[in-house]
Amino acid sequence: MERNKLISLFVLLALLPSVSMADVEMADTLRSDGKIYVVVTVLCIVLAVILIYLFSIDRKVKRMEDRFKNK
Amino acid sequence: MHSVWKIVCVLLLFYTVIAGFLLPVPALPILNETIRNLYFHVTMWFAMIIHMAISIIYSIKYLSGSQLRNDLKAEQYAITGMMFGVAGLITGMIWAKFTWGAFWVNDVKLNGVAAAMLMYAAYFILRNSADDDTKRARLSAVYLVFAFPLMMAFIYILPRMTDSLHPGNGGNPAFGKYDLDNHMRMVFYPAIIAWTLLGLWITSIRIRIKNLWNETNL
Repeated sequence: MERNKLISLFVLLALLPSVSMADVEMADTLRSDGKIYVVVTVLCIVLAVILIYLFSIDRKVKRMEDRFKNK
Repeated sequence: MHSVWKIVCVLLLFYTVIAGFLLPVPALPILNETIRNLYFHVTMWFAMIIHMAISIIYSIKYLSGSQLRNDLKAEQYAITGMMFGVAGLITGMIWAKFTWGAFWVNDVKLNGVAAAMLMYAAYFILRNSADDDTKRARLSAVYLVFAFPLMMAFIYILPRMTDSLHPGNGGNPAFGKYDLDNHMRMVFYPAIIAWTLLGLWITSIRIRIKNLWNETNL
């Protein structure tokens, strides 16, 4: 009887981490609602604008370099 | 025409943002979804270290050859590295607020990073204090030769010798406490490359502008 109790205690202790892991709050509902895609889209647009800006700066510098070489 | 590595940079950045938010991550207590900061906060520091390493290489190159263009490059890479450092510090403070409970905790790594950033701030002040070009270049290059190893000691060695809240610090760390998860590794490594390439791109533009500036003022 004592032994059985001990074993069940060990089983319980072994299960505890997995139980608490399942309780961790993640953005699952947000993702299933599809709303996370809105954030990703917004971020992609921000990134695109910044990168296009960087490309245009790059081109401007290139033009200046070309003009300088021709002089 | 733009080089291939810029296109690679753009693609990897988009991959980082999209996969960084949508791929599954391990569900851990306290961290929750903030574990995704690994792709955005930790990568800032990687990019900073890479830029500072390139900067020190150009400094040593200057010391061995005394060519001013190497000094110019060393400075520009250090500036971009500093930019990543500031970004890493601010993002880290926000992350710390919501996981460790305060914007600034008395952690060796945090204080070490603060000291390292101050050392690099001193580098820029030192540069501005010298009037003569060659003197400035030589002084700041010698300074960096000491500052860079000190920064590495502050950021990587000291936190491992004591206890730190940062994972993988204190005792004998294995690198991948977080990224043992294969999904995270799939985003983490490309993210490091993406942010680093973006920094190299910005730095290359800065160097070209600086060169133009110097040439037109001769």
